[in-house]
Amino acid sequence: MGNVIEAFGLVKHYGDVVALDGLDLAVPEGSVFGLLGPNGAGKTTAVSILATLLIPDSGSARVAGADVLEEPARVRERIGLSGQYAALDEHLTGFENLDMIGRLYRLGRSRSRVRARELLEVFDLSEAGNRPVKTYSGGMRRRLDLAGALVASPPVLFLDEPTTGLDPRSRLDLWGVIRELVARGSTLLLTTQYLEEADHLADRIMVIDQGRDIAQGTPDELKTLVGGERIEVTVVSSSDLPRAQEVMQRFAVGELASEVRNRKITAPISGGAAVLTRALRALDAEGVDLHDVGLRRPTLNDVFLTLTGHAAESNGTRGTSEDQPSLAGRAGS
Amino acid sequence: MMAVVHMFADAAVIAKRNMIKIKRVPEVLVFVLLSPIMFVLLFAYVFGGSINIPGGSYREFLIAGIFAQTVVFGSTFTGVGIADDIQKGIIDRFRSLPMSQAAVLIGRTASDVVYNVLTLLIMGLTGLVVGWRINSSLWEGLVGFGLLLAFAYAFSWTMALVGLLVPSVEVINNASFMVIFPVTFIANTFVPAENLPSVLRTFAEWNPISALTQAVRELFGNIPPGTPEPTAWPLQNPVVYTLIWAALIIAVFAPLASLRYQKAVKQG
Repeated sequence: MGNVIEAFGLVKHYGDVVALDGLDLAVPEGSVFGLLGPNGAGKTTAVSILATLLIPDSGSARVAGADVLEEPARVRERIGLSGQYAALDEHLTGFENLDMIGRLYRLGRSRSRVRARELLEVFDLSEAGNRPVKTYSGGMRRRLDLAGALVASPPVLFLDEPTTGLDPRSRLDLWGVIRELVARGSTLLLTTQYLEEADHLADRIMVIDQGRDIAQGTPDELKTLVGGERIEVTVVSSSDLPRAQEVMQRFAVGELASEVRNRKITAPISGGAAVLTRALRALDAEGVDLHDVGLRRPTLNDVFLTLTGHAAESNGTRGTSEDQPSLAGRAGS
Repeated sequence: MMAVVHMFADAAVIAKRNMIKIKRVPEVLVFVLLSPIMFVLLFAYVFGGSINIPGGSYREFLIAGIFAQTVVFGSTFTGVGIADDIQKGIIDRFRSLPMSQAAVLIGRTASDVVYNVLTLLIMGLTGLVVGWRINSSLWEGLVGFGLLLAFAYAFSWTMALVGLLVPSVEVINNASFMVIFPVTFIANTFVPAENLPSVLRTFAEWNPISALTQAVRELFGNIPPGTPEPTAWPLQNPVVYTLIWAALIIAVFAPLASLRYQKAVKQG
C-alpha cells in the first residue's frame, strides 16, 4: 500500500513569521496520522495546503494520487475537511447544511438528501436536524462539521483539531466517532494539541514545532521517548519512605525517583489505572499512609520539554496541561 | 460546457442558502426595507418642500436619485456576506469542495439582487404614497427598475472584492460608507448637476450614478417639461453610459474578486 498523502519540503511564510519550514509528510493508505503541536506550530497551515486552500511558498504535495498544486480540483473530489472552528451556516438547519454540501459535491438532489439524513442519524443529530445550527451546543456543531466532511465518503480525511474547546464528555464521543470512521478504511490526517488524543487515535504521530518535524513515531515510541506514565505518591511520614520505595519498585518499569524532603516517590509505570490500583493495595497492605497519590501521563508539554528543552508555547488561552487529577479518591477500591 | 452548467447549478445552491438566511433572520430584512422608507419620507418632506424645481415637483425629481443611492448602498450587503463567510470559515469549506470556484461569488451577487428587488418594491410603494408617479408607460417604468437592478448587480462585484480583502465584517460598513456616500452625493441624485461648482459639476456629469439617475428619471417620465437638455454626453445618453459602466465594472471586478477568492482563507 502506498502513501495517500505525501508532502515534500513545504515552506510557508506569513510576512516574517515562518509557518512551515520544510515539512515532509508521508501517510500510508488506511492509516491515521497525528500532527501534534502547540498553537502556531504550523498544523493548520499544513492541512490548508494539503486541502488546496493555501499555496505553499515552495515544496509540493500529493493527495489521493493528485498533485495539490497542479490538480486541485481532483484533490477536492477525494478529500473531506473539518476545521477547528465548525464551518457551518448558523442559520441553516443541520439537514440543510449537509444537503447543501452534498449538492456541492454533486451527489444530486435525492442522494444529497438521503445522505444528509443518514449522517444525521449516524452522528446522533436526527432530532436536531431540523433546527438551525445556532441552537446547537459546541459538541453538536463539531459532530455536524465532521459529518460535513463525510458527505461524499471521501477516501482522505483532514480533521484540524477536531476536539479543541470541547468538554471532556463531547471529546470522548467524538473520539468514538472518529475511531469508527477509521475502522472503515479512510485515511486520516488529524491535527491536535493533545498528546492523549493523538495517542488514542493515531497510528503514527509527528510532533511539529515552528513548522518543523521534531519527532516522529508510533504513540508508544513517543511515549517511551518522553518517559511514559508514572505514579507519584507522597507518604505521610518519612519513616514510611523506605517501605514505600520497596513496594513501588515492584510496579516500576524503570528507576524510581525519590524526593526525601517532600516524602515523594515517582515511579515510571506501564498499565495505567490498573497498575495504580494494585500499587495502592500493596501500599495499604504494608500499612503505608499516603498523603497524596496520582497517576500522571505525559503531556504535550512533557514531549516538548524532552524534545526541545522548552515548553510548548501556546498562544491560545487554553493550556496544554492534561495531567490527570489525583486518583486518591478511588484508592482501596 | 459542462463546467458552465455546473457553475450555475452550484451558484443556485449558494443563492438558495443565502435566501434561507433572509427567511431566518427577518431583522435584517426589516432594516433593509425600513431605511429606504425612511429615506423617501425624509427627503420628500424635509427637502421636498424647500427645494424648487422649475416646472416640476422635487419629490418626483428626487425619487429616482433615492432609488439609485439605495440600491448602490445595498451592494454593501454582498461584501458583508462574503466577509462574514470568511470569518466563519464557511469559505474554507466551500473551497475544499469539488464545486465551481466561481459559484460562491456568483451565487452571492445573485441572491443580493433579491434584496434589491424587495427594496425597490417597498420604495416604489412608499413613493406612490408621497405622490411620486411613473408618467411614462409601464414598460418604460420596468426598464427603469431593470436598469437600477443591473447597475446594482455590477456594483456588488466591487463590494465582493472589498469583502474578500477586509479583515473583518465591521470594516466593510465604514469603508463602503466612505466611498459610496460621496459617489452618490456628488451626482445629480438630489440636486441638478448644473447647480454644482465647476470641478464637482464635471465629476457629477461623468459619474455613472448621475447617468443611472438621469436614465431612470427619463424612463419614469420624471423630468419636468422645459428642463434644459444636459450638455454632457453621459447625461445625454444615460442608458448607454450606465450599461457601459455596468459592463466595465463586471469585466474588471468579477475577475479580480474571483482571483482573490482563490486565496481567501480564514485568518488565524
